[in-house]
Amino acid sequence: MIAELGSFALILALAFAAAQTGLSAFARARRSSVLAAAGEGAALASFAGVAIAFACLIHAFVTSDFSVANVAQNSHTEKPMLYKVAGAWGSHEGSILLWCFILTGYGAAAATLGRGLPQGLKALMVSVQGALGTVFLAYTVFASNPLLRLASPPVEGHSLNPLLQDPALAIHPPFLYSGYVGMSVVFSLAVAALIEGRVDAAWARWVRPWALAAWSFLTVGITLGAFWAYYELGWGGWWFWDPVENASFMPWLIATALLHSAIVTEKRGALAGWTLFLALGAFTFSMLGAFLVRSGVLTSVHAFAVDPKRGVLLLIILGVTAGSAFSLFAWRAPKLSPGGVFAPISRESALVLNNILLAAATATVLLGTLYPLIRQAATGEAISVGPPYFNLTFAPLMAALAILLPAGPLLAWKRGDLRGVGQRLWVAALAAFGCGLLTYAFVSPKKALGALGVTIGAWLVLGAVAEVIERTRAFRVSPADSWRRLTGLPRGAWGMTLAHLGLGVFVLGACVELGWKGEAAEALPLGGSVNVAGYHLVLETVGPVDGPNFDAEQASIRITREGQPVCIAEPNRRFYPAGNQTVSGIAICYRGASHLYVVLGERRETTPDAQGRGGTPVWLVRAYWNPWASLIFLGPVIMALGGLTSLSDRRMRLGVARPRKDRRGDQPA
Amino acid sequence: MSWLPKSPKARRRLTLIAAIAPVLALAAGLTLWGLRDSISFFYTPSQAVAAHPPAGRAVQLGGMVRMGSVAKHPDGRVEFVVADRTATSKVVFQGDLPDLFREGQGVVAVGAFRGDGIFEAKQVLAKHDEKYMPPDLAKALKAQGEWRGDGSTPDYAKAKPST
Repeated sequence: MIAELGSFALILALAFAAAQTGLSAFARARRSSVLAAAGEGAALASFAGVAIAFACLIHAFVTSDFSVANVAQNSHTEKPMLYKVAGAWGSHEGSILLWCFILTGYGAAAATLGRGLPQGLKALMVSVQGALGTVFLAYTVFASNPLLRLASPPVEGHSLNPLLQDPALAIHPPFLYSGYVGMSVVFSLAVAALIEGRVDAAWARWVRPWALAAWSFLTVGITLGAFWAYYELGWGGWWFWDPVENASFMPWLIATALLHSAIVTEKRGALAGWTLFLALGAFTFSMLGAFLVRSGVLTSVHAFAVDPKRGVLLLIILGVTAGSAFSLFAWRAPKLSPGGVFAPISRESALVLNNILLAAATATVLLGTLYPLIRQAATGEAISVGPPYFNLTFAPLMAALAILLPAGPLLAWKRGDLRGVGQRLWVAALAAFGCGLLTYAFVSPKKALGALGVTIGAWLVLGAVAEVIERTRAFRVSPADSWRRLTGLPRGAWGMTLAHLGLGVFVLGACVELGWKGEAAEALPLGGSVNVAGYHLVLETVGPVDGPNFDAEQASIRITREGQPVCIAEPNRRFYPAGNQTVSGIAICYRGASHLYVVLGERRETTPDAQGRGGTPVWLVRAYWNPWASLIFLGPVIMALGGLTSLSDRRMRLGVARPRKDRRGDQPA
Repeated sequence: MSWLPKSPKARRRLTLIAAIAPVLALAAGLTLWGLRDSISFFYTPSQAVAAHPPAGRAVQLGGMVRMGSVAKHPDGRVEFVVADRTATSKVVFQGDLPDLFREGQGVVAVGAFRGDGIFEAKQVLAKHDEKYMPPDLAKALKAQGEWRGDGSTPDYAKAKPST
């Protein structure tokens, strides 16, 4: 009954989304505020419909209603409650419903919050958002309905893949999708602006909060995914340049570029066309990501919920949506006004350079991700592009970006002064260079690349600090005056500083981890030991442990350093009978920001020798020393915090209509 | 600087091109360089016999793990036979097999052939998902008429090798 109710609500939501598209488009054509209000109402109703359907699906999962096909395939009565709920978005159908839920949610939010927007632009935006909702809801209803019943329900479900039964991964899809789909509002605003033929500072200001919110969610979502891969897969790594990872990373890169180019459009009215292009591109890459992940066209180690047949449908949706949007862009963009003029050395130029580098980096990632497909189509050979390609192409571009980054915020708009920037940054530069040199000389003289990475990371962190010092004029005016300036800084400025600082923290963590990680693997009998990076690991006991829906073999490994006890690591190997799968549960000993990462492998028997002795059990124990690994995950969290801080800035608040005069004042002459 | 164009618009365009060109050149250069060295070909055992990749060249080997061929040594070494319809390749791997590695199921080994024809794997990829089959492998098996849907074990993988 409840599942049928959900299906019905879903169909209603589709009808409302279609109505939203039509009513709002009519509202723009007739300039009717009544129709516009009706369109907004339809947006809310559509969201309510999807919310009901989603709640019904979660209800089916929580109550283990195996007559619903999706629940039977992805749930199990013995599964802990969190994973029953998370199972609702663990499958193809469920995750697409989550996508629709968030899409219509953003649509409803845009309809409610966008009070400051001109009526025509807003009606068009709501209409485009409705069209996106219609397309994805139609796909859900007709090709991927998660609430379909089974004729003969099984007694027990297949359970969710054990690798997905993890807290980080339970909340990973909602964050990731909030990021992906948040770009849809930006997309709708861009299409609306193209139809209206007006892109100005005000438009850029309306786009920014949505882009910021989506970007922050995406940052957190990707970080959660990387963290999951780090501690659930037991490979000791956190990023593998897998197609699925790249699929989430490309929209992030484009969104980052968009956030920066929108600043130029907002402050100086320039780069309007490019900002529009990125606004369309961000959601296009999100859809491409969804397609790549769901269709299984690329060989991926993390592919879940793959369905090639429906992948074609997703590809058609992607082609039609992005194709029509970019056609509109090609038709209307040349008519946009070119905007303000700026000198080669200026804030605008720095942001343009940022965009060029980010766009180039995205292009190299895209090419590397799709190259196997291209090659397959051209020559029929099956190939894969490995991490060395991405490290070689992506890292230098990002290094160039990072080296230039601290100078950007210190340059003046319109015409900057390099000497002034040099005066403000030479201390930071010298200190960063010193950090790198010290690392090179003392920590390990062989790791030149690692030391370079440390230099760049320190440069970013110190550059962010120097920027705050500059803004508060610390050490040049009285401390009280500096404090007054510090507290008076706009939140937008804090947000930027935090985001740049977070990037520095991430770079430091990533470079130290990659440069100085240690690894050891050995088959240990009870009492056996292995050494990694100065730590001494002794396998003390291995015993059985019962989990809620798994049986595990858990080891107790005593870790000492120079005879001093450090900690007891308890990695395990879990067997999930429902899915007939074994998963390793790793253990991490935190040593400051560094991790000692221990994996318990398979149990084996030593071969008996000539006297018949032997046959004792041994366990493969792998240990990784991952220095500063916490910073890898902390950095992006700081970046996302920066995004949220910036979002809370007064200027960003939607619905605060700025006086007409002021708005005009922002535009270039 | 008299060679610069007079109009600010043209001047801006020139600056933009001057900024884009080196980045584009760098990106294109790195891409070509990277693609030359870091692509690895995917072979099934019979394709590997036909193509005969030089020893030491990084490739991927995909096929079915033959039933009963997995030998796990106490020092952490694992040996198994990857089979397709017409050929087999012996694989050695040092380390822990992925959680979803199963006899009679699909696997992709990343590594290189040694001079003696044995494949030395640096990494063994099984899938995260029971139902997931790497597309290259699925395609190769389909081309040989050995595709019987997910999770099924073809006959040649069931037979115990005589070696």
